[in-house]
Amino acid sequence: MTESVTTTASTSAGTGKPFLELKNLQVHFPTDDGLVKAVNGLSFTLERGKTLGIVGESGSGKSVSSLAIMGLHKGSRAKVGGEIWLDGAELVGMSVPEIRRLRGQQVAMIFQDPLSAMHPFYRVGDQLVEAYRVHNEVPKSVARKRAIDLLDRVGIPSPDKRFFDYPHQFSGGMRQRAMIAMALMCDPQLLIADEPTTALDVTVQAQILDLMMDLQKEFNSAIVIITHDLGVVAQMAQDVVVMYGGRVVEAGPVREIFYRPEMPYTWGLLGSIPRVNRGGDHRLKSIRGTPPSLINLPKGCPFQPRCDYQQHVEGHSCTGEVPDLLQIGTEDHRVRCHIETGQRKKLFTEQIKPNL
Amino acid sequence: MTLGVSEDLPPDGGLPADGLAETAEAKQIEGRSLGQIAWARLKKDKIAVISAVIILLIIAVAIFAPLIVKINGFPPDQFNKLDSDGNPLLNTRDGGIPIGGLWGSGTSTEHWLGVEPQNGRDVFSRLVYGTRVSLLVALGGTLIAIVLGTVIGMVSGYFGGWVDTLLSRLMDIMLSFPSLLFIMALTPVVADRGQDLLGIPDDNRLRLGVLMFVLGFFGWAYLARIVRGQTLSLREREFVEAARSLGAGPMYVIFKQILPNLIPTLLVYTTLLIPGNITAEAALSFLGVGIKEPTSSWGRMIADASDWIESNPLYLFFPGIALFITVLAFNLLGDSVRDALDPRAGRS
Amino acid sequence: MGRYLIRRLLQTVVILWVISAITFFLFWITPANPALLICGKNCNTETIATVNATFGFDDPLIVQYGTYMKGLVSPTGRDIGSEGSERNCAWPCFGESYQNGIPVWDSISDAFPATFWLAIGAATIWLFFGVMLGLLAALRKGKALDKLSVGLALFGVSFPTIVFGYLLLFLFIVKLKWIPFPDTANAALFEVGPVKWLQFYILPWITLALVFAALYTRLTRANMIDTMNEDYIRTARAKGLGEGTVIFKHGLRSALTPIVTIFGLDLGGLLGGAVITEQIFSITGLGKFAIDSVLGNDLPAIMGVVLFAAIFIVLANVVVDVLYAVIDPRVRLS
Ligand SMILES: Nc1ncnc2c1ncn2[C@@H]1O[C@H](COP(=O)(O)OP(=O)(O)OP(=O)(O)O)[C@@H](O)[C@H]1O
Ligand code: SF4
Ligand SMILES: [Mg+2]
Repeated sequence: MTESVTTTASTSAGTGKPFLELKNLQVHFPTDDGLVKAVNGLSFTLERGKTLGIVGESGSGKSVSSLAIMGLHKGSRAKVGGEIWLDGAELVGMSVPEIRRLRGQQVAMIFQDPLSAMHPFYRVGDQLVEAYRVHNEVPKSVARKRAIDLLDRVGIPSPDKRFFDYPHQFSGGMRQRAMIAMALMCDPQLLIADEPTTALDVTVQAQILDLMMDLQKEFNSAIVIITHDLGVVAQMAQDVVVMYGGRVVEAGPVREIFYRPEMPYTWGLLGSIPRVNRGGDHRLKSIRGTPPSLINLPKGCPFQPRCDYQQHVEGHSCTGEVPDLLQIGTEDHRVRCHIETGQRKKLFTEQIKPNL
Repeated sequence: MTLGVSEDLPPDGGLPADGLAETAEAKQIEGRSLGQIAWARLKKDKIAVISAVIILLIIAVAIFAPLIVKINGFPPDQFNKLDSDGNPLLNTRDGGIPIGGLWGSGTSTEHWLGVEPQNGRDVFSRLVYGTRVSLLVALGGTLIAIVLGTVIGMVSGYFGGWVDTLLSRLMDIMLSFPSLLFIMALTPVVADRGQDLLGIPDDNRLRLGVLMFVLGFFGWAYLARIVRGQTLSLREREFVEAARSLGAGPMYVIFKQILPNLIPTLLVYTTLLIPGNITAEAALSFLGVGIKEPTSSWGRMIADASDWIESNPLYLFFPGIALFITVLAFNLLGDSVRDALDPRAGRS
Repeated sequence: MGRYLIRRLLQTVVILWVISAITFFLFWITPANPALLICGKNCNTETIATVNATFGFDDPLIVQYGTYMKGLVSPTGRDIGSEGSERNCAWPCFGESYQNGIPVWDSISDAFPATFWLAIGAATIWLFFGVMLGLLAALRKGKALDKLSVGLALFGVSFPTIVFGYLLLFLFIVKLKWIPFPDTANAALFEVGPVKWLQFYILPWITLALVFAALYTRLTRANMIDTMNEDYIRTARAKGLGEGTVIFKHGLRSALTPIVTIFGLDLGGLLGGAVITEQIFSITGLGKFAIDSVLGNDLPAIMGVVLFAAIFIVLANVVVDVLYAVIDPRVRLS
C-alpha cells in the first residue's frame, strides 16, 4: 500500500519533504475479544500554514490516529505501525524521551472533551503555566503572564481572575477555549484539534474557529482538524480526508470533495448535513446500518455492508477485495471504490446531487 | 476485623446492569445476557473453579459432619483419656498436655489431628463440627443482610420522599455504629432477650440464631445504600416507566423489574459478605461472646488453644488453617465472580 | 464553609444522640437484674433494694435515660447514690462500673492511650505499604510485580486477624524468641523507653495493619489504574511532561483522594478499640476493656465504650467530609 494524499502540489521549500506525512499508519489494540484494528493504513500529508480536515463517523479511528501523531500510544498495549514524518523526523520509532520534547512544543493537541481532558484538581491557570514551563525555563511570573495573555486572546473574560478558577467553574465553551489556550502556550507548529467545537453553540463555534485561523496566520502553523461537522471543514480546511473503518476512503481538496464526491460513503455523509436552503420535502438522510466491527472488518470494501450502489460494480469485487485508493483527475482527488469513475460521476450528478 | 466490607467495592456498586451494552464486545456477543457471559468467563477461570471445588468440599464436610466423625469414631464432645490400647492420652501431671504426637499435639493414627489438652477431645472431630457453625452463621448472617439491604434499599429508592429520607438516615446511623464492638456487646444481650421472649434456653441453638441475626443486622446498611442508588436510576428507565404507565403496581415493578437488574450487585456483595462474616463469627467466638461450650467453633478453638501456644502450637494451627483456607477460598471465588461480572473487564 | 461546618456538627450531635438512645435502650431492657450484678454474692432482698435505690433502677426507664444523659451533657456531671450518700460523678459521666465501682470515664481515659498508639502505628504501616504496593502494581499492571502485589493483597485480606496475630506471636515470641512476651507495662512509652515500647507494639501493629494494608493495596491499585486511563493524564503527557510528574503530580493526586476518606473512617473506627489485636497481645486498651466489660455484664462500661467509639466514627465522618472538600475543589460545602 503506497497510497498517499498530498495536500498541496508544492512541498515545503528546501527539503522537498512535506511538513507532516503519515505513511500507512496502523494502530491495533489487542483485547480479550480480539485485535481491534482501529486504524488500517492511513496516509496523508500536510504543509505548514495549511489545514487538513478529517471527517468520518464515530469510531472511524480519527482520535486514535491523532494520538499516534502525538506518540500517546507509546507505553500502552496499542501496536502502532507505519511511519509518521514530522519536519524531517520519524515519530513512530522515536523513543518516549525524544518525543516528549516535541509534545506541546512542536505538536500540540486540543482534546475532544475538555472537561475530562483537564485535571479537576488544579487551577486552569496553573495547568497552562505547567504546559509552558515544561519547555521554557522561565520564572512562574513570566509563564503566568503568558497564560493570562492567551486566556485573553481566546476570549475568556477577565482572564486575570479566571486564571485562578478550576475547570469545573468554567462553562463548556470556556473550557474549550482554555484547552485551546493550553495547546497554544508554546506556539506549536502543528496543532491537532479533535472536534474542538462539538457541543458548542454556533456563535461560540464561529469565534473559536476564527481564533484558530488567526493563530495559524500568525505562526504559520499546520492544523489538523477532526470533526463530524462538514461545515467546519468547509470553513477551515483546504483539504479533506474522509475516514471509514480506520481507512481513507476519499481524500482531496475541499471543493472537490464537496462538489464532486465520488465515494458512496461520502455521498451519505454529505446527505446527512442539514442545510437551510434544502427544499421542504427533502428529508435529512442518515446512512443506514451500523459502523463496522473493527475486530472482524468486513471482507472487501469496508463500506460494503451498508452500501446501496454495489449493483454498479461488475462481479463480486465489493465483497471480494478492498478497492485501492486511486487518484482521479488532476486535482489530487483520491477515491477508494470499485465503481468506474465515469459511472460514479454519472451517479453523483444524476442521483445524489439533486437530493442534496 | 473486617466487618466493613466496603472498601474495594466501587462506590456506585460498580455494576450498572446495562454497562455491558456500552462495550464493543456486547456488539460482538449479541444476545448473550450478562449472566451467561459471566458464567462463561467463570468456567474458564481456573482459580474460580479450584476455589469453588474447595468451597463445595467445605460445605460437604459441614453437611456430612456426623458421617465423617463416624469414620474416626470420636464424637466431638467425647472426653478421651485413654487410647485404644489403654495408654493415657494426656499427661495429667503436666497440666494435661497431650502425650506424644507431632510437636506435643497428641497426633496419632487414632486422633489424626491430636487431642485437646486437659479434656482429650478429638481435634479432628471438633474441627469438622466447627465447619458447620462457621458456614451456618456466615451464610445465615449474609442472607439476612442481603434481604434487609435489598428490601430497604429498593423501598427507599423507589418511593423516595419522606420514606427515603427516613431510611437514608437510618442507613447513616447504622454505618456510624462501631460494628464489631456493638455486635460483641449486643450478642449476649440479644441472647438474653431471645431466651426471655422465645422461652428457649440460652444454648447454642439460640446462639447460632443470635449470631446470624446480629451479623445480618449490622451488615445491611452499606448494601442498602448501593441498592438505593441503583433503584433510583432504574426507576427512571423506560421499561419501568412503561410498566408504570400500564398500571403496574409498586410491588410488581420492584420485584419483577428492578430486582432482576440488581442481581449482579447482590452477587458481588454476597461474595464480599460471606468471608467477612466467617471471620466475624470466628472473632466473636474467639472473644467468648459467640458459640459457647461444648459446641465447637473454630474461633473458640483458637481461643482455647492460645493458652497452649508454647507447649502445643499445632492445636492452634489446625483451626487457624481451616479458617484461613475457608476465607481464602471464598475470597478467591468472590474475586473471580466480581471480575466475571465486571463489564469493563477484558478491555483496555 | 463556616455555615456548612455548623450544620454538619449539628447533624453529628443528632446522630450521636440517636446512637446513645438506641444503645441505652438496647442494653437497658435486658431482663438481667443489674442489682444482682452489683452486690454479687452478698445479695439478699435488702441489699438488692438498697442497690436499686442507689442506682435508680426502680425509676422508669425514661427517667434513667434522662439521668444518664444528664451526666454526659451537664458540665457538672451528675450525682450517683441514694439520698444522703451521694457522690459526684464528674463530666463526662458514663456512670460507674458494676464490677469495681470505678467511674467508667476514668477507665476509658486510662485505656485510650494504648489503643491510640496501636491504631496510629498500625495506620502508618498499612498506609505506607498499602499505597506503595498498590502504586507499584498499578504502574506495572499485568507484570510480575503486579501479580505479586495482587496475590499478597488477596492473601492479606484472607488472613483472619486471630490467625495472623497468633502466627506472629508464635513465630517471633515463642519460637525465635526475638521479642519478649507482651508485658502491659511496656505500653507506656515514656516510662520504659522506645526499645521496649517498640518491642511491645511491633507485632500488634503488623497484625492490625495486615488486612488494611491488603485492602489499601487493592484500592490504590484500582484507583491508580482508573486514574491513569483518564483523559487528563493523556493531556499531561501531551504537554510533554515527564512520566514522573505525570504519575505523581497528576495521577497519584487523584488516586489518593478517595483513600484519604477511607483512611479517616478506618482510623476513626479503630480509635474505639481494636478488640482482637488487643486481646491477642494483652494490650489493655479500649478493646480489651470492652470485651472484659461484655464478659462481666458491666452495662455502664459497655455503654461507655460503645458510645466513645461511636463518637470517633461520627467525628471521623465530619473530618473526612471537610478534608475531601479541601482536596477536591469540585466538592463544595454548602
Ligand atoms: N485503547 C483502546 N483499546 C481498544 N479499542 C480502542 C482503544 N481506543 C480506541 N479504540 C477503538 O478504536 C476505534 C476508533 O476510535 P476513535 O476514538 O479513533 O474514534 P473516533 O473516530 O475519534 O470517533 P469519535 O468521532 O466518536 O471521536 C473505536 O472503535 C474504539 O472503540
Ligand atoms: S466498493 Fe462497492 S461497497 Fe465499497 S463503496 Fe464502492 S460500491 Fe460501495
Ligand atoms: Mg474521537
